[in-house]
This record gives sequence, structure tokens and C-alpha cells, in this order.
Amino acid sequence: MTATDHNGASTPAAEPIQLTRKDFVSDQEVRWCPGCGDYSILAQTQRVMPDFGYPRENIVFISGIGCSGRLPYYMNTYGFHSIHGRAPTLATGLKAARPDLMVWVITGDGDALSIGGNHLLHSLRRNVDVRIVMFNNRIYGLTKGQASPTSEMGKVTKSSPFGTVDYPVSPLAVALAAEATFIARSVDTFTDHLQGTLDRAGHHRGSAFVEVLQNCNIFNDGAHREFTDREVREDRTITLEHGAPMIFGKDRDKGIRLNGHQPEVVTLGENGLTEADLLVHDETDPLIAFMLTRIYWPEFPVPVGVIRSVSRPTHDQMLNDQIAQAVASRGRGDLGRLLNSGETWTVE
Amino acid sequence: MSTETKTARGAVKTRELDRVTIRFAGDSGDGMQLTGTQFTRTAAAFGNDISTFPDFPAEIRAPAGSLPGVSGFQLSFSSSDIHTPGDEPDVLVAMNPAALKANLGELPQGGALIVNEDAFTSQNLAKVGYIANPLTDGSLSQWHVFNVPISTLNSRALKGLGLTNKQVDLTKNFFALGLMFWLYERDMGPTLAWIEDKFSKRPEIAEGNRRALRAGYNFGETTEIFHERYIVPPAQLERGTYRNITGNEATALGFVAASQLAGRDLFYGSYPITPASDILHQLAGYKNFGVKTFQAEDEIAAVGAAIGASYGGASGLTASSGPGLALKAEAMGLAVMVELPLVVVDVQRAGPSTGMPTKTEQGDLLQVLFGRNGESPLVVLAPATPGECFEYAVEAVRIATKFMTPVVYLSDAFLANGAEPWRIPALEDLPPIVTVNRTEKDGFFPYARDPQTLARPWALPGTPGLEHRIGGLEKADISGNVSYDPENHHRMTELRQAKGDRVAADIPPLEVHGPAQGDLLVLGWGSTYGAIRSAVERLQAGGASVAHAHLRYLNPMPANTGEVLRSYRRVLVPELNLGQLQLLVRGRYLVDAIGYHRVRGKPFRIAELEQEARRQLAELGVAAGSASR
Repeated sequence: MTATDHNGASTPAAEPIQLTRKDFVSDQEVRWCPGCGDYSILAQTQRVMPDFGYPRENIVFISGIGCSGRLPYYMNTYGFHSIHGRAPTLATGLKAARPDLMVWVITGDGDALSIGGNHLLHSLRRNVDVRIVMFNNRIYGLTKGQASPTSEMGKVTKSSPFGTVDYPVSPLAVALAAEATFIARSVDTFTDHLQGTLDRAGHHRGSAFVEVLQNCNIFNDGAHREFTDREVREDRTITLEHGAPMIFGKDRDKGIRLNGHQPEVVTLGENGLTEADLLVHDETDPLIAFMLTRIYWPEFPVPVGVIRSVSRPTHDQMLNDQIAQAVASRGRGDLGRLLNSGETWTVE
Repeated sequence: MSTETKTARGAVKTRELDRVTIRFAGDSGDGMQLTGTQFTRTAAAFGNDISTFPDFPAEIRAPAGSLPGVSGFQLSFSSSDIHTPGDEPDVLVAMNPAALKANLGELPQGGALIVNEDAFTSQNLAKVGYIANPLTDGSLSQWHVFNVPISTLNSRALKGLGLTNKQVDLTKNFFALGLMFWLYERDMGPTLAWIEDKFSKRPEIAEGNRRALRAGYNFGETTEIFHERYIVPPAQLERGTYRNITGNEATALGFVAASQLAGRDLFYGSYPITPASDILHQLAGYKNFGVKTFQAEDEIAAVGAAIGASYGGASGLTASSGPGLALKAEAMGLAVMVELPLVVVDVQRAGPSTGMPTKTEQGDLLQVLFGRNGESPLVVLAPATPGECFEYAVEAVRIATKFMTPVVYLSDAFLANGAEPWRIPALEDLPPIVTVNRTEKDGFFPYARDPQTLARPWALPGTPGLEHRIGGLEKADISGNVSYDPENHHRMTELRQAKGDRVAADIPPLEVHGPAQGDLLVLGWGSTYGAIRSAVERLQAGGASVAHAHLRYLNPMPANTGEVLRSYRRVLVPELNLGQLQLLVRGRYLVDAIGYHRVRGKPFRIAELEQEARRQLAELGVAAGSASR
């Protein structure tokens, strides 16, 4: 694919390209705090990049402001570190102009859900062909520790010494309400799972929203520890698989079933319960997706994996189709004719 | 100038006039804008020079018959070159008491007043506070009043068509238009053709409008209340093919032309806002020119998407009005930092805040120059006439792509909605726009600059070997890496500023209309061009030493600006704000410029500028000759 071939659909290179993780590591020194969860997200992102078959030059990472916003500097692709909350707007314009590119947006809980909430909503509902990866550490890290829109109610931070009085928002519920065609959740320390999730997002056509639960060891250490620590994670999270019953637990003995329209956690073997009684995950079912965005620790295990994946025409595809149709029906625009259209008269 | 001839009907004479100004005024639901536009098209196609001033409320349908609901359309048509829609109307067509009350103050003594007397009911009179009916109480004796029962005559003409009373009422503006066509000996053909086209799917509505138009015309012909008809011969315009054009239309066409000249698809990100929305409506229809329009979720998304498109190699454009510009400020600063081409159109309206959305003002000059954090210079252009909106759209894209810089294009509500005949340029006369994308890998640095223009390379995603990162953080000179180095920040700040000097060397000098040196220079910018030019020409005709200069480039200003300003004993800067250009030229050139400021939401009148210039000349002890008209 050449630089001037701007209007082809987003496709990998015709010839298979053999790239490795190292090809995606830029020459810039990584400057997150030691121990930050962002290192793992960067590493898994670099690891999955070769899978998509795109040459490096056809991949663009766009970010907003916050610790997450630095990621594009560390990717050896094209990158644009924009302004707070606005990365989806740049991605929308870029993708409209250049459908041939693979575009990623890197954002955080404050960037995406607070200052950029409007853009997140609208880029998702338009099904812009962009993968949005939101690092959720439930705190403002770069500004040194204020409450974020995902901080738990009553959280004591520098900006809320008496505890917050704001209810948190569920990022996945927002994405679902905005009709995102791909919605998933993973965790910075679940490296294999995170790779698999990013891989699925990368292969999706349309708006993909991935929430990555991430630890900020400086300002919100242990943000997700209660259900992500190695000893408890299998009992306190549930890994979703399309078409499979919702089973979890170290001993694979717990599951989720519907009681009426309410989900409940049950133990297999108790009262004669078997796998057949459990809810089967369906990535295309909006009601299951809704339920999965609503359940969370401690009442429920935290769902991780792909919650929703459906197919719809993308924004850039429809925009460019309209142009192709207009050219087909009216012919490529003739500037001279356009300027001389309407009522004209001639002065001799 | 007037020549009298007898027509077939003995009593009616035809008088030839050089120029006529008509104002149509009615309820905002009365179709006054359409009526004015139809008369304008007809006069333009006939070959008159024209200038128009649509003046309407922001409310789509304010309460019927109320003063806030009055909508007006003033047009001036002439057999000679004119620059403004006229200070005051010669003829006022008032469709109801509110329209009369709102506009009568501007109708000069002896002016003609044509009223729809059917609308002067006690209820309508009471709505606007008339205690007695002005049509019968003798209070209009200083004007030439023609009482016409427009509603009655019109509904009689449409009888038998099976239209509802409301549908019939909606056509009465065409009765008034028909009457004006008769009075000024105009051909109904263009309007009949428009009706045919517009209502092709609703034949009964088409017939209603045709009948209304003809009934108005025939009323003029058969009634004996008019003793004269008027003819305004065609103007001697420069040779060429013309069309009637508003500023917003010319703006939209200009950006399409620029995208074609540059060989770049136009990407237009926009959020609806008065008075800029028409640009979106128009561009949305040009898909076969590769124009991509994007109605964004807000002003910030509109500019963000335009920056994203420019980054990808398209011609990125966004437009708004003052309130929207305020929201775009941070993203415009990003465009300054990442040095990508971007054009931001500001169709100014009266502010602050929501202000008066449909009314004109020049209040955003300092906002677009300085309304961003940090030292954030960008290029600012301002077309002076509706037709120039085309030329400066092309110029904006040329500068943005040549210098890799954001450019602000300042229009305003008066330019946007006002119309004039526009000589359609030949394609070969349009300037070429040469744009280059870096593909050479060797020696590539994101912030290495062209020595001539100081532009950095436009390296598009998709170009192998040029993978790089840009962003809003300060960049190291040449390498483009993030840098907090103190000396580097100082150097980069100066480099961004120095680009302006390179632009200044690339634009034409400031031209002066009148003596190259003398007593008084009147300096303007934007849509005040016509009123200033006309006032200066009147003074020049009286022998005064007065010149007019009009800035199309507000940042940077043409290189000779200081020299021009210093060539006159006094500099007068009329603006529709409280002295923004005045502040700039004082600061930049140490010239004691004097301001003349009006913020009424309306364009300047020629007479007030002429009077102010006279006052300045008198202070200088110079006689300015007698007032001319």
C-alpha cells in the first residue's frame, strides 16, 4: 500500500510481513513510574502488533492527556499525542481521510470518561473504525492523585480529603449505551489474557472499546487488587468465552445463571446444578452484554474478556461509499461547471 | 439622473434612476428573505450592480405580528458600481404594523411606503403599541404612502384553487414581489421558473404562487395609485460571466476550488451554528468533488477531526462563529504546536456570549489572534466582500499548506448573508497550490525546516520509513522529540513567530485607494469595505485629501503597512467593535490611530463614516468640501 492510495478500505498488506515485537519498540526512553501497570499494557500491545499484518507505517496511535497519553511515543509507528480528551476526534478525522490506516486511541479513565466523555460517546455510536484502549486506574495519576470518574464513592484523595460524593461510572456500560460494536475488559497483570483481548480488538472492524484495569502504584496502589491478586483472581473474576457456559473459580465449580431476569452466582453440584443450568455467553446478545456491564466485585466476579462483538458498517466506510456513489452517479466534480452553475449572465 | 418617458397607459410615466434601495419587511413567517432574494436574482440577471443586507431575527418564528419577529431584506440595485446595500431605503414594503414600526425610522422623508393595509387590524396594531392606525391618523404624511389591500386582493386571485386560508396567506409575499416587479419594470420570468422548479411536485402550490405574483404585477398595471414606474439600467460591469453570490456561498465554493487546486480532498468538520451553518449545508452537497463533511458532536470535535484529516494529508477545514471559536481554541493551539495545515473559518456575529446570533460584528479579531494559551501565532485573513470570500478561501489553503500553519479566515454575518454580483474566475486564472509530502527517508527529521518558509515536512502516515511521533508537548528543534530544554523552548517559540515574517514576505503589499500621502487615511478590515470605500469616494469627489486602505491580512500584516500608516497626518480606523484593529496598529506601528466604533449588529452607514471623516479633517483644519450624495 502506497502513501497516495488513500481511499482503499482498511486492510493488511497484500504480502505477509514478518515483524516482531522489537519492530514496534521506538527509540524513546519509557518514562512511567517504576512498577506502573502501563509497562505491561505497552509490552502486550507491542507483542500483538505483528499479528495484524499491517506494515508499521500504516499504523497510527493517537492519545490524549494523562499517563496513558505517553504510549504513542514508545511505539515505533506513526503517533500523535493530542490534547485532553480529544484523541477520538483526531482519530475520526484521520480515519475519514485515510481509511487505509489502522488507528488506535490510547486513553485513560479521566481522559475518556471525564473531559472527553462526549467524544467517546460519539465515536463509539458512529462505529468509527478505531480501537480505543482505556487504561482504568481509578485515579488521576499525571496530576498527582485526584479522584477520577471511576473512583469509588467516598474515596479519599488529594482533591477529596473528606471522601468523594460522586458516584462512579461504569466504562463498559457507557460503551454499550453508545452502541460500541466491540466491548471488552482485561487487566494489566493478566498478560496472556490482555494480549488475547487486544488481538481480538485489533481484528475487529469498527469501534472497539477495551477497558484495561491498571494499577497506579503511586497514587492508587492496589486499585483492583481485591479481585486481581494472583491468589484470588480465579475466584473473583470470570473469563468470558463466546458460546461457553459462564464458569469460574479455582476449581471451576462456580457459575452464573439467570434466576428470572436476575443473574446469580451458583455452585455446580449443589442442588443438582450442572453446567447446562448456566448462562451461555453470547457476544452478540445485547441483554447479556448489559448484564455483564452491571455485575462487579464483591457481589459478583468481575467479567473479563469480550463482552460484545457485533458487525456493522463503519463510519469511514459509509462516508467513502457515499462519495463513490456520488462520483458514479454524477461524475467526478467539474470545478468550472460548479463555479458557473446557477443563474449566470455575461457582460460583453 | 432621471429621464421621463410616456408609456402606453397615458398617466404612468417611466423614470430612469441610477440606483434604488428597497427594503422588504414583514413577519419572520412572511417570506421576506425569499422575496428579497428573488428580486435580487432578477436585478442581478438583468445586469444591475447589486448589494444586499438580509436582517432577520434568530427566532425561527417569533410570535406573529410582534416587533422581535420582524424580518427585513434590503437590497440596492444600480446602473453604476456600488459597494453597499444603501444607508437607507427609497422604498419600504411593510407587510404589517410591526414591520412598519420597526423600519419607519430609517425611511427618509419623502420615501415611498407600500403597506399591506389588510394587516393593520386593531389586534395587530395593539400588539406593537399603536393606539391609532397610522395609515389613517395622518402620522405618515411626510412619506409617500401606498395603501394596498394585499391580503384581500391576493386571496381573491387564488380563489377556486382549493388551497387552505393558511396556504393562500403564505403566498402574499409574491403579490408584493409582483407589484415591485411592475414598479421597476422587471421580468417575472426568473421567478416563474423558480416557482416551477421549487414546487414541481405540488402543482397547486406552484399555481398559487404564480397567480399571486401575476396578481401583484397586474395590480400595478391596472390600478391608478401609481403614477410612475422606474427603470434602473444595467451597470457597466467589467467584462465577464457573472453570478449572484453570498459570502457563505463564495466561502464554500472557494474551499472546494482550493482542494481541487491542491489536489487534496477537502475534509470539513463542523458543528451547526448561526451564521456559519450554510457552509456545511452547501459543502455536504459536493460529495462528487471528494468533499467529506462531518457534522461533529461539538465544536472541539469539529476542529479535532479537521486536524486529524490534515495529519492524514487531506485539506482540513472547520468553521464556526465566535462562541465556537472559543471552544476550538485549545485545538488551534495544538495545530500551532504540531505545525499542520488547518483552516478555521470564523463567521463573526455580535457577542459576547451568545450575543445576537444573526447580527453582524467584528468582535473576534483579538480572540483569534490572542485567545489561546502561550505564544501561539497563526495567520489571520479577512475577505472584504462576498465575492472576495472565494479568493481568500483559496489563499487560506495556499498559505496553510505552504507554511504548515493554521490559518483563521474571518468572515461575518453581513458578508455571509449579503450578496453581490461575482465575476466568475477562469480556472486558469486561479493560483496554483503546490503541496509536497515528504517521502525521502534519508535526512528526515519531523521538525527540520524549509529554509525559505520555515515549514516542517508534511510526512503522512503510510509513508514507509518516516514513522514519527508528534504532539502538543514542546518539541526539540529538528528532531521533534519531546523537550523541556529552556533554550530550545525559547528558540522554538521564536521559530513559530518567525514563520509569520516569512508569510509577510509572501503576500501582496497593502494597497491605497487615493493619494499615496495626505491628510487622512481610513483604514478598515473585513465587511466594512463597502461603506468605507463609498464614504472616502464622496470625500475625494469633494476634493479632500483622503485615502482608503483595507487590510485583508491581519496577521501578519503586509510588510508596507507601517509605511502606509505614516504617510498621512491622521489615521481613522472604523470598526464594528470597540477598537481591536486600532489597538493592533497602535501597538505594532506606534501610530496614533483614531477609532470609530459602532456595535449595533448592523453594518456601517456610509453617511456616518463620511461625517466622522469630515470631523477628523476639520480637526486637522482642512475643509472637506460640501457634503455629496
